[in-house]
Amino acid sequence: MIAHELPSSPPLSTGPSLPRLLSALDEQSGGATSLSAHRRTYPPPTPARRQPAESYIAAVEKAGLRGRGGAGFPTGRKLRTVSEGQGRRVVVVNGSEGEPASAKDGLLLTRAPHLVLDGALLAAAAIAAREVFVGIERGKVAALRAIHHAIAERVHAHEPMVPVRVVELPERYLSGEESALVHLINGGEAKPTSTPPRPYQRGVGGGPTLIDNVETLCHLAQIVQWGPAWFRSQGTVEEPGTMLLTLSGAVGRRGVCEIPIGMSLATILSSSRPNAGGISAVLLGGYYGTWLSVADARVATMDNATLRRMGSGLGCGAVIALPPHACALSETARVLTWLAGQTAGQCGPCVHGLAAIAGGMRELAAGTASLRTLESLHRWGDQVEGRGACSFPDGAVRLLRSALKVFNNDVARHISHGPCSAAAHQPVLPIPSANVVSWR
Amino acid sequence: MAVSFRIRVDMIACDGRGLCADLLPERIRLDDWGYPMIDPTSVSGVVLDHARRAVAACPVLALKLEAVRGS
Repeated sequence: MIAHELPSSPPLSTGPSLPRLLSALDEQSGGATSLSAHRRTYPPPTPARRQPAESYIAAVEKAGLRGRGGAGFPTGRKLRTVSEGQGRRVVVVNGSEGEPASAKDGLLLTRAPHLVLDGALLAAAAIAAREVFVGIERGKVAALRAIHHAIAERVHAHEPMVPVRVVELPERYLSGEESALVHLINGGEAKPTSTPPRPYQRGVGGGPTLIDNVETLCHLAQIVQWGPAWFRSQGTVEEPGTMLLTLSGAVGRRGVCEIPIGMSLATILSSSRPNAGGISAVLLGGYYGTWLSVADARVATMDNATLRRMGSGLGCGAVIALPPHACALSETARVLTWLAGQTAGQCGPCVHGLAAIAGGMRELAAGTASLRTLESLHRWGDQVEGRGACSFPDGAVRLLRSALKVFNNDVARHISHGPCSAAAHQPVLPIPSANVVSWR
Repeated sequence: MAVSFRIRVDMIACDGRGLCADLLPERIRLDDWGYPMIDPTSVSGVVLDHARRAVAACPVLALKLEAVRGS
Protein backbone atom coordinates (compact mmCIF):
# COMPACT_ATOMS: atom_id res chain seq x y z
CA MET A 1 0.00 0.00 0.00
CA ILE A 2 1.33 3.38 -0.94
CA ALA A 3 0.06 6.47 0.78
CA HIS A 4 -0.15 9.60 -1.29
CA GLU A 5 2.29 11.41 0.97
CA LEU A 6 5.18 9.42 -0.48
CA PRO A 7 7.25 10.97 -3.31
CA SER A 8 6.11 10.02 -6.80
CA SER A 9 8.30 8.23 -9.32
CA PRO A 10 10.08 10.10 -12.14
CA PRO A 11 8.52 10.26 -15.65
CA LEU A 12 8.00 6.82 -17.07
CA SER A 13 8.31 5.22 -20.46
CA THR A 14 6.35 2.20 -19.28
CA GLY A 15 3.42 2.41 -16.91
CA PRO A 16 3.99 2.91 -13.19
CA SER A 17 3.78 -0.18 -10.97
CA LEU A 18 2.38 1.26 -7.75
CA PRO A 19 1.05 3.81 -7.11
CA ARG A 20 -0.54 4.37 -10.48
CA LEU A 21 -3.11 7.12 -10.16
CA LEU A 22 -1.36 8.78 -7.25
CA SER A 23 1.87 8.94 -9.27
CA ALA A 24 0.12 11.70 -11.24
CA LEU A 25 0.15 13.93 -8.15
CA ASP A 26 2.83 16.58 -7.87
CA GLU A 27 4.27 15.83 -4.44
CA GLN A 28 6.79 18.66 -4.55
CA SER A 29 4.36 21.50 -5.02
CA GLY A 30 1.54 19.82 -3.13
CA GLY A 31 -0.80 21.60 -5.55
CA ALA A 32 -2.30 20.63 -8.87
CA THR A 33 0.01 19.04 -11.43
CA SER A 34 0.53 21.62 -14.19
CA LEU A 35 -0.24 20.85 -17.83
CA SER A 36 3.43 20.96 -18.81
CA ALA A 37 4.39 18.55 -15.99
CA HIS A 38 1.48 16.27 -16.89
CA ARG A 39 2.44 16.23 -20.58
CA ARG A 40 5.90 14.89 -19.71
CA THR A 41 4.14 11.56 -18.99
CA TYR A 42 0.87 11.73 -20.89
CA PRO A 43 0.49 12.82 -24.55
CA PRO A 44 -2.46 15.07 -25.44
CA PRO A 45 -5.60 13.02 -26.14
CA THR A 46 -6.50 12.65 -29.81
CA PRO A 47 -9.58 14.82 -30.36
CA ALA A 48 -12.97 13.14 -30.73
CA ARG A 49 -13.97 12.40 -34.34
CA ARG A 50 -17.27 11.60 -35.98
CA GLN A 51 -16.74 7.88 -35.48
CA PRO A 52 -16.18 6.20 -32.11
CA ALA A 53 -12.56 5.24 -31.44
CA GLU A 54 -13.00 1.47 -31.49
CA SER A 55 -9.44 0.82 -30.28
CA TYR A 56 -10.08 2.74 -27.03
CA ILE A 57 -13.30 0.87 -26.35
CA ALA A 58 -11.60 -2.46 -27.07
CA ALA A 59 -8.68 -1.57 -24.77
CA VAL A 60 -10.98 -0.72 -21.87
CA GLU A 61 -13.02 -3.88 -22.45
CA LYS A 62 -9.88 -5.97 -22.51
CA ALA A 63 -8.55 -4.27 -19.39
CA GLY A 64 -11.71 -5.29 -17.54
CA LEU A 65 -12.02 -1.88 -15.86
CA ARG A 66 -15.03 -1.53 -13.59
CA GLY A 67 -16.54 1.72 -12.36
CA ARG A 68 -14.99 3.02 -9.15
CA GLY A 69 -17.96 5.10 -8.03
CA GLY A 70 -19.57 2.26 -6.11
CA ALA A 71 -21.67 0.23 -8.54
CA GLY A 72 -18.72 -1.50 -10.23
CA PHE A 73 -20.30 -1.73 -13.68
CA PRO A 74 -17.91 -2.76 -16.51
CA THR A 75 -16.74 0.52 -18.07
CA GLY A 76 -16.01 -1.04 -21.48
CA ARG A 77 -19.55 -2.31 -21.81
CA LYS A 78 -20.88 1.14 -20.92
CA LEU A 79 -18.63 2.78 -23.53
CA ARG A 80 -19.75 0.27 -26.16
CA THR A 81 -23.46 0.76 -25.42
CA VAL A 82 -23.29 4.56 -25.49
CA SER A 83 -21.13 4.51 -28.64
CA GLU A 84 -23.86 2.55 -30.42
CA GLY A 85 -26.63 4.96 -29.33
CA GLN A 86 -28.26 7.35 -31.77
CA GLY A 87 -28.05 11.10 -31.27
CA ARG A 88 -25.64 13.68 -29.92
CA ARG A 89 -23.43 11.80 -27.47
CA VAL A 90 -22.15 13.42 -24.30
CA VAL A 91 -19.66 12.54 -21.55
CA VAL A 92 -20.38 13.51 -17.96
CA VAL A 93 -17.60 13.33 -15.39
CA ASN A 94 -19.31 12.49 -12.13
CA GLY A 95 -17.22 14.46 -9.67
CA SER A 96 -19.86 14.50 -6.97
CA GLU A 97 -18.56 12.83 -3.86
CA GLY A 98 -21.51 13.07 -1.50
CA GLU A 99 -20.23 10.15 0.51
CA PRO A 100 -18.89 11.80 3.69
CA ALA A 101 -16.19 9.17 4.21
CA SER A 102 -14.74 9.40 0.70
CA ALA A 103 -12.12 11.93 -0.42
CA LYS A 104 -10.39 10.23 -3.34
CA ASP A 105 -12.27 11.85 -6.22
CA GLY A 106 -11.78 15.28 -4.68
CA LEU A 107 -8.06 14.51 -4.35
CA LEU A 108 -7.80 13.55 -8.04
CA LEU A 109 -9.75 16.60 -9.18
CA THR A 110 -7.68 18.92 -7.02
CA ARG A 111 -4.21 17.44 -7.51
CA ALA A 112 -4.38 15.62 -10.87
CA PRO A 113 -7.00 17.58 -12.84
CA HIS A 114 -5.26 16.88 -16.15
CA LEU A 115 -5.43 13.13 -15.66
CA VAL A 116 -9.18 13.51 -15.04
CA LEU A 117 -9.57 15.70 -18.14
CA ASP A 118 -7.48 13.30 -20.27
CA GLY A 119 -9.72 10.46 -19.14
CA ALA A 120 -12.85 12.44 -19.97
CA LEU A 121 -11.55 13.53 -23.39
CA LEU A 122 -10.35 10.01 -24.25
CA ALA A 123 -13.78 8.68 -23.26
CA ALA A 124 -15.29 11.38 -25.49
CA ALA A 125 -13.06 10.20 -28.37
CA ALA A 126 -14.02 6.59 -27.61
CA ILE A 127 -17.72 7.26 -28.07
CA ALA A 128 -17.42 10.23 -30.50
CA ALA A 129 -19.04 12.59 -27.99
CA ARG A 130 -19.53 16.25 -28.90
CA GLU A 131 -19.28 17.67 -25.40
CA VAL A 132 -17.97 16.97 -21.91
CA PHE A 133 -19.53 18.09 -18.63
CA VAL A 134 -17.70 17.96 -15.31
CA GLY A 135 -20.03 17.96 -12.30
CA ILE A 136 -18.49 19.02 -8.98
CA GLU A 137 -20.24 20.02 -5.76
CA ARG A 138 -20.44 23.76 -5.19
CA GLY A 139 -18.60 23.59 -1.89
CA LYS A 140 -15.57 21.73 -3.29
CA VAL A 141 -13.83 25.03 -3.97
CA ALA A 142 -10.31 23.64 -4.47
CA ALA A 143 -11.49 20.99 -6.94
CA LEU A 144 -13.53 23.55 -8.88
CA ARG A 145 -10.62 25.97 -9.00
CA ALA A 146 -8.20 23.24 -10.15
CA ILE A 147 -10.47 22.03 -12.95
CA HIS A 148 -11.24 25.54 -14.20
CA HIS A 149 -7.53 26.33 -14.17
CA ALA A 150 -6.66 23.06 -15.95
CA ILE A 151 -9.19 23.77 -18.72
CA ALA A 152 -7.75 27.28 -19.11
CA GLU A 153 -4.23 25.84 -19.38
CA ARG A 154 -5.34 23.61 -22.26
CA VAL A 155 -7.09 26.43 -24.06
CA HIS A 156 -3.98 28.56 -23.64
CA ALA A 157 -1.79 25.71 -25.02
CA HIS A 158 -4.18 25.39 -28.01
CA GLU A 159 -4.85 21.74 -27.27
CA PRO A 160 -7.71 20.64 -29.52
CA MET A 161 -10.69 19.38 -27.54
CA VAL A 162 -14.46 19.22 -27.56
CA PRO A 163 -16.14 21.83 -25.32
CA VAL A 164 -15.68 21.05 -21.62
CA ARG A 165 -18.17 22.64 -19.24
CA VAL A 166 -18.00 22.65 -15.46
CA VAL A 167 -21.33 22.24 -13.68
CA GLU A 168 -21.69 23.11 -10.00
CA LEU A 169 -23.80 20.62 -8.11
CA PRO A 170 -25.81 21.08 -4.93
CA GLU A 171 -24.09 19.50 -1.94
CA ARG A 172 -26.37 16.57 -1.48
CA TYR A 173 -25.82 12.85 -1.54
CA LEU A 174 -28.16 12.44 -4.51
CA SER A 175 -26.31 14.90 -6.76
CA GLY A 176 -24.19 11.98 -7.90
CA GLU A 177 -27.16 9.79 -8.83
CA GLU A 178 -27.00 9.49 -12.62
CA SER A 179 -30.51 10.55 -13.53
CA ALA A 180 -30.35 13.43 -11.01
CA LEU A 181 -27.09 14.63 -12.53
CA VAL A 182 -28.56 14.53 -16.03
CA HIS A 183 -31.73 16.28 -14.85
CA LEU A 184 -29.66 19.09 -13.32
CA ILE A 185 -27.54 19.56 -16.47
CA ASN A 186 -30.75 19.63 -18.50
CA GLY A 187 -31.97 22.56 -16.41
CA GLY A 188 -33.96 20.74 -13.75
CA GLU A 189 -33.42 19.97 -10.09
CA ALA A 190 -30.79 17.47 -8.99
CA LYS A 191 -33.42 14.85 -8.19
CA PRO A 192 -33.61 11.37 -9.67
CA THR A 193 -36.11 10.89 -12.48
CA SER A 194 -38.18 7.86 -13.39
CA THR A 195 -36.24 5.38 -15.51
CA PRO A 196 -36.29 4.09 -18.23
CA PRO A 197 -35.03 5.80 -20.28
CA ARG A 198 -31.67 5.59 -18.54
CA PRO A 199 -29.00 8.24 -19.20
CA TYR A 200 -27.05 5.91 -21.53
CA GLN A 201 -30.18 5.83 -23.71
CA ARG A 202 -31.44 9.41 -23.33
CA GLY A 203 -29.46 11.69 -21.10
CA VAL A 204 -28.06 15.20 -21.49
CA GLY A 205 -29.96 17.03 -24.23
CA GLY A 206 -31.77 13.76 -24.95
CA GLY A 207 -28.59 12.18 -26.33
CA PRO A 208 -26.84 8.98 -25.23
CA THR A 209 -24.80 9.97 -22.18
CA LEU A 210 -21.76 8.32 -20.67
CA ILE A 211 -21.50 9.08 -16.97
CA ASP A 212 -18.33 7.95 -15.27
CA ASN A 213 -16.78 8.50 -11.90
CA VAL A 214 -13.59 10.61 -11.64
CA GLU A 215 -11.33 7.74 -10.57
CA THR A 216 -12.73 5.49 -13.31
CA LEU A 217 -11.79 8.03 -15.98
CA CYS A 218 -8.27 8.36 -14.58
CA HIS A 219 -7.84 4.58 -14.93
CA LEU A 220 -9.24 4.84 -18.46
CA ALA A 221 -6.59 7.42 -19.36
CA GLN A 222 -3.85 5.13 -18.07
CA ILE A 223 -5.26 2.12 -19.92
CA VAL A 224 -5.21 4.03 -23.20
CA GLN A 225 -1.65 5.10 -22.42
CA TRP A 226 -0.13 1.83 -21.21
CA GLY A 227 -2.52 -0.85 -22.42
CA PRO A 228 -4.77 -3.53 -20.94
CA ALA A 229 -1.96 -5.99 -20.14
CA TRP A 230 -0.22 -3.38 -17.99
CA PHE A 231 -3.55 -2.58 -16.30
CA ARG A 232 -4.15 -6.25 -15.52
CA SER A 233 -0.70 -6.68 -13.97
CA GLN A 234 -2.25 -5.51 -10.68
CA GLY A 235 -5.47 -6.68 -9.04
CA THR A 236 -7.35 -9.93 -9.56
CA VAL A 237 -8.40 -11.63 -12.80
CA GLU A 238 -12.05 -10.73 -12.23
CA GLU A 239 -11.34 -7.27 -10.82
CA PRO A 240 -8.10 -6.03 -12.32
CA GLY A 241 -6.18 -2.87 -11.53
CA THR A 242 -5.63 -0.72 -8.50
CA MET A 243 -8.15 1.30 -6.56
CA LEU A 244 -8.12 4.28 -4.27
CA LEU A 245 -9.24 3.89 -0.68
CA THR A 246 -10.13 6.61 1.79
CA LEU A 247 -9.16 5.46 5.28
CA SER A 248 -10.66 7.02 8.40
CA GLY A 249 -11.73 6.21 11.95
CA ALA A 250 -9.43 4.20 14.22
CA VAL A 251 -6.48 4.17 11.86
CA GLY A 252 -3.10 5.76 12.43
CA ARG A 253 -2.97 7.49 9.09
CA ARG A 254 -6.20 8.81 7.63
CA GLY A 255 -6.46 9.74 4.00
CA VAL A 256 -6.31 8.38 0.50
CA CYS A 257 -4.10 5.45 -0.49
CA GLU A 258 -3.86 3.23 -3.54
CA ILE A 259 -3.95 -0.56 -3.38
CA PRO A 260 -4.04 -3.40 -5.86
CA ILE A 261 -7.58 -4.82 -5.82
CA GLY A 262 -7.59 -8.02 -3.75
CA MET A 263 -5.14 -6.78 -1.12
CA SER A 264 -5.69 -8.06 2.42
CA LEU A 265 -7.73 -5.67 4.55
CA ALA A 266 -5.73 -6.66 7.64
CA THR A 267 -2.53 -5.54 5.90
CA ILE A 268 -4.12 -2.24 4.95
CA LEU A 269 -5.34 -1.63 8.48
CA SER A 270 -2.10 -2.70 10.16
CA SER A 271 0.12 -0.72 7.80
CA SER A 272 -1.94 2.33 8.58
CA ARG A 273 -1.07 1.63 12.26
CA PRO A 274 -4.37 1.10 14.05
CA ASN A 275 -4.71 2.49 17.54
CA ALA A 276 -3.34 0.30 20.29
CA GLY A 277 -6.94 -0.40 21.34
CA GLY A 278 -7.71 -2.13 18.06
CA ILE A 279 -11.02 -1.92 16.28
CA SER A 280 -14.52 -3.27 16.82
CA ALA A 281 -15.81 -3.36 13.22
CA VAL A 282 -15.13 -1.92 9.78
CA LEU A 283 -17.57 0.08 7.69
CA LEU A 284 -16.76 -0.62 4.04
CA GLY A 285 -17.99 1.62 1.25
CA GLY A 286 -18.74 4.53 3.57
CA TYR A 287 -22.12 5.63 4.88
CA TYR A 288 -23.78 4.01 1.90
CA GLY A 289 -21.83 0.84 2.61
CA THR A 290 -21.94 -2.22 4.84
CA TRP A 291 -20.46 -3.35 8.15
CA LEU A 292 -17.84 -6.04 8.35
CA SER A 293 -17.23 -7.88 11.63
CA VAL A 294 -13.70 -7.94 13.04
CA ALA A 295 -13.54 -11.68 12.32
CA ASP A 296 -14.40 -11.07 8.66
CA ALA A 297 -12.16 -8.00 8.45
CA ARG A 298 -9.23 -10.14 9.60
CA VAL A 299 -9.52 -12.48 6.60
CA ALA A 300 -11.14 -10.20 4.00
CA THR A 301 -9.41 -9.25 0.80
CA MET A 302 -10.40 -6.04 -0.94
CA ASP A 303 -12.30 -7.40 -3.94
CA ASN A 304 -16.01 -7.72 -4.48
CA ALA A 305 -15.87 -11.46 -5.15
CA THR A 306 -14.64 -12.05 -1.59
CA LEU A 307 -16.52 -9.24 0.12
CA ARG A 308 -19.91 -10.20 -1.36
CA ARG A 309 -19.60 -13.59 0.31
CA MET A 310 -19.34 -11.66 3.58
CA GLY A 311 -22.39 -9.58 2.72
CA SER A 312 -20.25 -6.54 2.00
CA GLY A 313 -18.57 -4.83 -0.95
CA LEU A 314 -15.94 -2.27 -1.97
CA GLY A 315 -18.44 0.45 -2.83
CA CYS A 316 -16.59 3.73 -3.36
CA GLY A 317 -13.54 2.50 -1.43
CA ALA A 318 -14.19 4.33 1.83
CA VAL A 319 -12.91 2.29 4.79
CA ILE A 320 -13.84 3.35 8.32
CA ALA A 321 -12.38 1.47 11.28
CA LEU A 322 -14.68 1.67 14.29
CA PRO A 323 -12.84 2.02 17.62
CA PRO A 324 -13.81 -0.40 20.42
CA HIS A 325 -15.29 2.30 22.66
CA ALA A 326 -17.92 3.20 20.07
CA CYS A 327 -21.50 1.89 20.07
CA ALA A 328 -21.98 0.44 16.59
CA LEU A 329 -25.76 0.74 16.89
CA SER A 330 -25.61 4.44 17.80
CA GLU A 331 -23.20 5.08 14.95
CA THR A 332 -25.46 3.24 12.51
CA ALA A 333 -28.49 5.14 13.82
CA ARG A 334 -26.75 8.46 13.22
CA VAL A 335 -25.70 7.49 9.71
CA LEU A 336 -29.20 6.18 8.87
CA THR A 337 -30.72 9.40 10.22
CA TRP A 338 -28.41 11.39 7.97
CA LEU A 339 -29.21 9.16 4.97
CA ALA A 340 -32.96 9.52 5.62
CA GLY A 341 -32.44 13.29 5.43
CA GLN A 342 -30.78 12.94 2.03
CA THR A 343 -33.91 11.60 0.33
CA ALA A 344 -35.17 13.61 -2.63
CA GLY A 345 -38.60 13.34 -1.04
CA GLN A 346 -40.14 11.93 -4.18
CA CYS A 347 -40.97 8.27 -3.50
CA GLY A 348 -43.18 7.36 -0.55
CA PRO A 349 -41.32 4.20 0.52
CA CYS A 350 -38.03 6.15 0.60
CA VAL A 351 -39.40 9.20 2.44
CA HIS A 352 -41.41 7.28 5.04
CA GLY A 353 -39.42 4.06 5.07
CA LEU A 354 -35.99 5.59 5.68
CA ALA A 355 -37.42 7.85 8.40
CA ALA A 356 -39.03 4.84 10.07
CA ILE A 357 -35.85 2.77 9.79
CA ALA A 358 -33.73 5.57 11.24
CA GLY A 359 -36.22 6.02 14.10
CA GLY A 360 -36.25 2.32 14.88
CA MET A 361 -32.49 2.21 14.87
CA ARG A 362 -32.31 5.19 17.24
CA GLU A 363 -34.65 3.37 19.65
CA LEU A 364 -32.47 0.29 19.41
CA ALA A 365 -29.36 2.33 20.18
CA ALA A 366 -31.06 4.11 23.07
CA GLY A 367 -32.11 0.79 24.55
CA THR A 368 -35.81 1.64 24.35
CA ALA A 369 -36.64 -0.81 21.55
CA SER A 370 -38.56 -4.05 21.97
CA LEU A 371 -38.45 -7.24 19.92
CA ARG A 372 -41.34 -5.75 17.95
CA THR A 373 -39.16 -2.80 16.94
CA LEU A 374 -36.64 -5.28 15.64
CA GLU A 375 -39.36 -7.10 13.71
CA SER A 376 -40.53 -3.81 12.24
CA LEU A 377 -36.98 -2.91 11.19
CA HIS A 378 -36.70 -6.16 9.24
CA ARG A 379 -40.13 -5.65 7.67
CA TRP A 380 -39.39 -2.06 6.72
CA GLY A 381 -36.16 -3.15 5.09
CA ASP A 382 -38.09 -5.65 2.97
CA GLN A 383 -40.77 -3.07 2.15
CA VAL A 384 -38.35 -0.34 1.10
CA GLU A 385 -35.86 -2.36 -0.94
CA GLY A 386 -36.23 -1.90 -4.68
CA ARG A 387 -39.16 0.49 -4.32
CA GLY A 388 -37.62 3.84 -5.07
CA ALA A 389 -37.28 5.35 -8.54
CA CYS A 390 -33.52 5.16 -7.93
CA SER A 391 -31.46 2.78 -5.83
CA PHE A 392 -30.78 5.29 -3.03
CA PRO A 393 -33.13 3.69 -0.47
CA ASP A 394 -31.62 0.26 -1.24
CA GLY A 395 -28.27 1.41 0.09
CA ALA A 396 -29.80 2.48 3.38
CA VAL A 397 -31.49 -0.91 3.66
CA ARG A 398 -28.18 -2.66 2.99
CA LEU A 399 -26.54 -0.69 5.80
CA LEU A 400 -29.43 -1.51 8.15
CA ARG A 401 -29.30 -5.22 7.37
CA SER A 402 -25.56 -5.46 7.75
CA ALA A 403 -25.78 -3.70 11.13
CA LEU A 404 -28.51 -6.04 12.40
CA LYS A 405 -26.47 -9.04 11.25
CA VAL A 406 -22.95 -8.04 12.28
CA PHE A 407 -24.04 -6.54 15.61
CA ASN A 408 -26.78 -9.05 16.45
CA ASN A 409 -25.31 -9.61 19.92
CA ASP A 410 -25.32 -5.87 20.59
CA VAL A 411 -28.90 -5.69 19.33
CA ALA A 412 -30.03 -8.41 21.74
CA ARG A 413 -28.17 -6.79 24.65
CA HIS A 414 -29.61 -3.33 23.94
CA ILE A 415 -33.12 -4.79 23.88
CA SER A 416 -32.69 -6.78 27.09
CA HIS A 417 -30.38 -4.51 29.11
CA GLY A 418 -30.82 -1.00 27.72
CA PRO A 419 -28.12 1.23 26.25
CA CYS A 420 -24.47 0.23 26.47
CA SER A 421 -21.75 2.18 28.27
CA ALA A 422 -20.49 3.48 24.92
CA ALA A 423 -23.57 5.69 24.73
CA ALA A 424 -21.82 8.05 27.15
CA HIS A 425 -18.93 8.58 24.70
CA GLN A 426 -18.76 11.13 21.92
CA PRO A 427 -20.00 9.73 18.62
CA VAL A 428 -17.23 8.66 16.23
CA LEU A 429 -18.49 8.94 12.66
CA PRO A 430 -18.68 12.54 11.48
CA ILE A 431 -22.07 13.63 10.17
CA PRO A 432 -22.18 16.51 7.66
CA SER A 433 -23.98 19.60 8.91
CA ALA A 434 -27.67 19.67 8.16
CA ASN A 435 -27.67 22.97 6.27
CA VAL A 436 -30.59 23.57 3.99
CA VAL A 437 -29.26 23.09 0.47
CA SER A 438 -31.11 23.94 -2.73
CA TRP A 439 -31.77 21.30 -5.37
CA ARG A 440 -30.02 23.25 -8.13
CA MET B 1 -45.89 -13.73 -30.43
CA ALA B 2 -48.06 -13.69 -27.32
CA VAL B 3 -48.27 -10.41 -25.45
CA SER B 4 -48.76 -10.41 -21.71
CA PHE B 5 -49.04 -7.52 -19.30
CA ARG B 6 -47.25 -6.50 -16.16
CA ILE B 7 -48.23 -3.82 -13.70
CA ARG B 8 -45.80 -1.06 -12.89
CA VAL B 9 -45.99 1.94 -10.64
CA ASP B 10 -44.19 5.22 -11.15
CA MET B 11 -43.12 5.72 -7.53
CA ILE B 12 -42.30 9.39 -8.07
CA ALA B 13 -45.83 10.08 -9.31
CA CYS B 14 -47.57 7.84 -6.76
CA ASP B 15 -48.85 9.58 -3.66
CA GLY B 16 -50.24 6.59 -1.87
CA ARG B 17 -54.00 7.04 -2.22
CA GLY B 18 -54.29 3.25 -2.20
CA LEU B 19 -57.25 2.85 -4.61
CA CYS B 20 -55.26 0.37 -6.66
CA ALA B 21 -54.97 -2.10 -3.78
CA ASP B 22 -58.78 -2.04 -3.41
CA LEU B 23 -59.35 -2.63 -7.11
CA LEU B 24 -56.58 -5.17 -7.69
CA PRO B 25 -55.99 -7.10 -4.47
CA GLU B 26 -54.82 -10.02 -6.65
CA ARG B 27 -51.55 -8.19 -7.37
CA ILE B 28 -51.29 -5.16 -5.11
CA ARG B 29 -50.97 -4.76 -1.37
CA LEU B 30 -50.02 -1.67 0.55
CA ASP B 31 -46.89 -1.17 2.62
CA ASP B 32 -46.90 0.24 6.16
CA TRP B 33 -47.24 3.78 4.75
CA GLY B 34 -49.97 3.07 2.22
CA TYR B 35 -47.90 2.78 -0.95
CA PRO B 36 -48.56 -0.06 -3.39
CA MET B 37 -46.33 -3.12 -3.47
CA ILE B 38 -46.77 -4.82 -6.82
CA ASP B 39 -46.58 -8.52 -7.50
CA PRO B 40 -44.50 -8.65 -10.71
CA THR B 41 -46.21 -11.74 -12.16
CA SER B 42 -47.91 -10.98 -15.45
CA VAL B 43 -51.67 -10.50 -15.57
CA SER B 44 -54.22 -11.97 -17.94
CA GLY B 45 -57.91 -12.86 -18.15
CA VAL B 46 -60.15 -11.47 -15.46
CA VAL B 47 -57.17 -10.15 -13.48
CA LEU B 48 -56.19 -8.11 -16.54
CA ASP B 49 -59.67 -6.58 -16.52
CA HIS B 50 -59.25 -5.66 -12.85
CA ALA B 51 -55.81 -4.29 -13.60
CA ARG B 52 -57.18 -2.04 -16.35
CA ARG B 53 -59.78 -0.73 -13.94
CA ALA B 54 -57.14 -0.02 -11.31
CA VAL B 55 -54.95 1.79 -13.86
CA ALA B 56 -57.90 3.90 -14.97
CA ALA B 57 -58.82 4.74 -11.37
CA CYS B 58 -55.40 5.97 -10.27
CA PRO B 59 -55.93 9.67 -9.57
CA VAL B 60 -52.30 10.61 -10.34
CA LEU B 61 -51.80 8.25 -13.32
CA ALA B 62 -48.93 6.50 -11.54
CA LEU B 63 -50.16 2.98 -12.25
CA LYS B 64 -49.32 1.50 -15.63
CA LEU B 65 -49.85 -1.66 -17.60
CA GLU B 66 -46.78 -2.61 -19.53
CA ALA B 67 -46.87 -5.02 -22.45
CA VAL B 68 -44.31 -7.80 -22.16
CA ARG B 69 -43.36 -9.51 -25.40
CA GLY B 70 -43.20 -13.28 -25.35
CA SER B 71 -44.95 -14.94 -22.44
